[in-house]
Amino acid sequence: MSTTPVAVKDDSVIARTLDDTRPSSWWHLPATTTVMGLLALVVFGLRGIPGVDSAYVVVHESDMNPFGLIPEQIVLPSMIGSIVLSVIALAASAALWVLQARVARPRARVRLTLIAVFAVAWILAFLTWVISQRTLDVTTLLQGTIVLAVPLAFGALSGVLSERSGVINIAIEGQLLFGAFGATLVGSITGSVWIGLLAAPIVAMFMGALLAMFAVGYHVQQIIVGVVLNVLAIGLTSFFFGSVMSDNPGLFNAPMRLPTLRIPVLADIPLVGAALFEQNILVYLMWIIVAGLTIALFRTRWGLRVRAVGEHPKAADTVGIAVNLTRWKNVLLGSAVAGLGGATLTIGTGVAFGEEMSAGKGYIALAAMILGRYHPIGALLAALTFAFADSLQLRLGTMSAAEGGVSIPGDFLLMLPYVVALFAVAGVVGRVRVPAANGQAYIKQ
Amino acid sequence: MSSLDAAEAGSAPGIGAGGADTPPPAESAETALSRTLQKIARGDLLVVVMSFVFAFLIGSVLIVIANQEVRASLGYFFDRPGDALTAIWQSVTQAYGAMFRGAIFDIPGYTRAAESVRESGGSGTYVLLPALAAGLRPLTETLTVATPLIIASAGMAVSFRAGLFNIGGTGQLIAGAMAAGYVGFTFDLPVVIHLLICLLAGTLAGGVWGGIAGFLKARFGANEVISTIMLNWIATYLLFFALKTAAFTGANQSQPTSPSVGDNAVLPLLLGSGFRLHAGLFLAAGAAVVLWWLMSRSTIGFHFRAVGSNPRAAQVAGISPARTAFLVLAVAGALVGLAGAVHVLGTEGRLTEGVAGSIGFDAITVALLGRSGPVGIVLAGLLFAGLSTGGRFMESNQGVPLDLVQVIQVLVVLFIAAPPLVRTLIGLRRVDHPGASARVRGARRAGSGAEKAAIASGAAATAAATAGADSNSAPTSDAVTTDATTPDATTTDTPESSPPDPSRADGPPPAGTEGTDPAGGRTEGRTDEQEEER
Repeated sequence: MSTTPVAVKDDSVIARTLDDTRPSSWWHLPATTTVMGLLALVVFGLRGIPGVDSAYVVVHESDMNPFGLIPEQIVLPSMIGSIVLSVIALAASAALWVLQARVARPRARVRLTLIAVFAVAWILAFLTWVISQRTLDVTTLLQGTIVLAVPLAFGALSGVLSERSGVINIAIEGQLLFGAFGATLVGSITGSVWIGLLAAPIVAMFMGALLAMFAVGYHVQQIIVGVVLNVLAIGLTSFFFGSVMSDNPGLFNAPMRLPTLRIPVLADIPLVGAALFEQNILVYLMWIIVAGLTIALFRTRWGLRVRAVGEHPKAADTVGIAVNLTRWKNVLLGSAVAGLGGATLTIGTGVAFGEEMSAGKGYIALAAMILGRYHPIGALLAALTFAFADSLQLRLGTMSAAEGGVSIPGDFLLMLPYVVALFAVAGVVGRVRVPAANGQAYIKQ
Repeated sequence: MSSLDAAEAGSAPGIGAGGADTPPPAESAETALSRTLQKIARGDLLVVVMSFVFAFLIGSVLIVIANQEVRASLGYFFDRPGDALTAIWQSVTQAYGAMFRGAIFDIPGYTRAAESVRESGGSGTYVLLPALAAGLRPLTETLTVATPLIIASAGMAVSFRAGLFNIGGTGQLIAGAMAAGYVGFTFDLPVVIHLLICLLAGTLAGGVWGGIAGFLKARFGANEVISTIMLNWIATYLLFFALKTAAFTGANQSQPTSPSVGDNAVLPLLLGSGFRLHAGLFLAAGAAVVLWWLMSRSTIGFHFRAVGSNPRAAQVAGISPARTAFLVLAVAGALVGLAGAVHVLGTEGRLTEGVAGSIGFDAITVALLGRSGPVGIVLAGLLFAGLSTGGRFMESNQGVPLDLVQVIQVLVVLFIAAPPLVRTLIGLRRVDHPGASARVRGARRAGSGAEKAAIASGAAATAAATAGADSNSAPTSDAVTTDATTPDATTTDTPESSPPDPSRADGPPPAGTEGTDPAGGRTEGRTDEQEEER
C-alpha cells in the first residue's frame, strides 16, 4: 500500500523491484518457529522427566522385515531425546532466520524443506516427552490418521468442487451427517452394506440440492444458507434418530461395516503398509477421487469451465457456459462426495448412527479446504494434518489412563484438532487466493 | 439494452420511492379494500405467515412419520383407511396442541387450578388469580427462555449488520457463563455490586472470546466463520476441563457441576419463587435498545454498518475494515457473553457441562429471522423461545422429539429468506401484479411507445413500492421496461423478484457485488407458469 508508483521503463526495472522488496512481515515465520522451538526445549526437554524412556513400536511381528533389519522398537531416553529434537527444531528455525534475512525471496523448496524439518522435529520432541515411560504404536497412529482423514478429505473435496464453481459450501457438516445417516438407514433396511454405501451420496445430495436451490436459485446469502442447512441436517437426523431409529434400532439403525480390503504384499510394509493398504474401499476411493479431481479440474475442459464460472461468471456466460447449471451440478456432485465421507463415519468404522455424530468435522473439512488452497491435493494434505492431530489425540487419550509419565487432561487433547485448525487458518489463510466470484450469486442480465 | 431504456430504468427507483403510497395504475383493482388486500398479499407479511404455515406443514409430515400408531395403521391402510387418517390427524393436532399448551397457555392447568380453588370454597378473583397463574405459567417459562436468547441475538445482529458471520455464539456464551459463574460462586460481595461485577465479568469474557476471532480476522485475515466455530469447540472443552478442577467444582469434585452462585449474585425473580422469570428480562429489553442505539445512533455503529455494506468504500472513507472487524466481533462477543452471564445468574444458577444448550446457534437463526433489527429480534426471540418451551412439553407429553422444533425454526428462516419460493408455492403471481397479462395484451394492441413506457413505469412504481428503497428495484424496473416493449419475449414477471430478502439486508455480499447482484434473471425457469397465465 505504501509503495510509491515508479515510472517503469523496461522489464529489468520490474524484475529488480520484485527482487528487492522483502515483505515487511519476513520475520514472522522465523520468530514464530523460534518461540515454539524454545518452548519445546524448555517444556518438553529441560522440564521433562529425567531417567525414563519413551518407546516407539515401529514394526509388528507380522510385518515384512527382512533379516530383522529394522528394530521392532525404538527406545529413546525421554529427556535427552526431547532436548536433542528441540535443538534440531531450533537449528531449523535459525536456518530460516538466515534464509529470510539474507534472501529477499527465498526459493519455496528450500523454505518448505526447512519448515518441514522444523515441524517433524518439533512434533517428535512433543511425542517423546508425552509418551515418557510408555509405548506408542506408530503403525496404529498412522492407520488411525488415514481413517480419520477420510471424512475430512471427502468433505474438503466437496468444498473444493462447489467453491471452485463459486458457491460457498458451509453445509459440508450437514452433507456429512446426511451421508452418515443415509448409509446406516438404507444399509440397515436392505441389509446390505454396499447398498448403504450407494445410498450415502444420494441422501447427501438432498442437502446439496437444498443448498443449490437457495444459493443458486434464490440468491440467498450463501453462508447463511450453509449455516442454516447444517442446523436443519442436525435437526432432521436427530429427529429421526430419536423417533424412527430408536423405536426399532435393529431394522433402521444396525451397526454395519464395510469389509477391509487387504492388499496382500503391500500391506506388510512396516509403518505405512497397514495405513495405506489395509483399509476399506472408501479409503481407496479417496485416493482415486483426489487424483481424478485434480486432473479433472486442472487438465480438462470441464475443469476449465468450472473454474471460469467460479472466477468470472459473466465472462463464462458470455462464451456460452451455463453458469447456474454448472453451479448446480457442482454443488450436487460435491454433496455426493461429502456423502461418501459421511458413510465413513458409520459404515466405514462399523458404528451405528448417533446424534450429531459429525461433531464439527464438516467445519474442519472446510478449514482443510481453505488451508489446501482450494486444491484437491492441498485439501487432502490439510485433512491428513488435522486427522493426525485427531488420531494422536485418540492414542494419547487411551494412554493417559496408564500410570505415571506426563499426563495431559483429556479435554485439552480433545481440543487439539480444533486448535490446530484455528492456528492453521490464522497462519496460512492470508496467502490463500479465493475464487474471485466465490459466494456471489450470478444473475443473468 | 438501449441507452434510452437504461435512462428510464435509472429514473424508475426515484419514481417508485416517491410514489410508494400512490395507488396502483387505474386498470388494476379499484376499491380501497382490495388495494389493501393486494398490499398484504404482495408484502412481506403474507410471506412471513405462509413461511410459518409451510414450516409447520412439513413439521406435521415429520410428526406423522415418527408416530408409531400412524405407521401401524398405515400397514392396513387399504382395509381401513379411516384408521390411518384418524391417527394422522390425532398425532398432528395433539403434538401441536401440546406445543401450544407448553408455550403459551396451559388450559387444563387453568381449569384444574380453578376447580381446586372452587372446591375449597373460593370464588371471584380468588379463583381467577391462582387459575391464571397456573394457566400462564408456560408463558413465563417462554419469557425466561427468551431472555438470554434475545440478548445473544442482539450480539449476533451486530456482527451480521457489519457483514461478519459470527457463528461463535456457543463459545462466547460459554466464556461469559464461565466468567460470571466463577465470580458468582467464588467471591462474596455486597448486594448489588456482586451482581454487577458478575455481569461485567461475563460481558468481558464474551468480548475477549469474540475478540480472539476478531483479532485473527484483523491481523491474519482468518475467516471468521471457521475461527469462531473452532473457538466454540475450544470453549466447550475448556468448560469440560474447568468443571473437573477444584476451582470450579468446589467441594463436590465428583460431579461436573459447579456450586450455586452466591445469593447476592442471583438475578432477582420477578414473580416470586414459584416462577423462574427473572430480572434478566429487563436486560433483554435493554440489549435490544443497546442494539438500536449502537447501530443507528452511534459513530462506531455507523462504522460497523459502513464496513458491512461496502468494506472498500469504508476503507476509502478512512474506516479501517480490520480494526472494525475486531471491534465488531468484540462487541458482539460481549453481548453474547452477557447472555451467558444472565443465563447462569438467572435461570441456571450454576455451571454444568450443558449450560450453553443450543442458545448460541438459536441466536443465529433468531437474528436472521428478526432481520438483525431490535424489534425483530425481540419478536423472533419470543417466538423461538415459545417454540422450544412448547417443544419440550410436546416431547415429554407426546413423545415427539424436541428436534422437530429445530427443524421448524430452520424451515421458517429458509422460507423467509427466499420470498420467491413462498410466492411460487402459494401461486401468488396473479396477486403480485394483477391484470399484468391483460395490460401486456393491451399494450400489444395499442402498440404505442408512449403508453408502453407509462405502463412500464407504473409497474416499476408498484415494484418499488414493494421493494421499498431496496437497490434491487432498479434492475427490476429495467426488466419491466424490456418486457413491456417486447411483449413476445418471455415475460411480465415483475414485482415478485423484488422484496428485500433478510439475508441481503443482514449480511451484504462482499464489495463489488452491489452492481451486478440484482434481480434481472429471475425469469429463468418460470416460463411454464407464464405460459399458463396467458
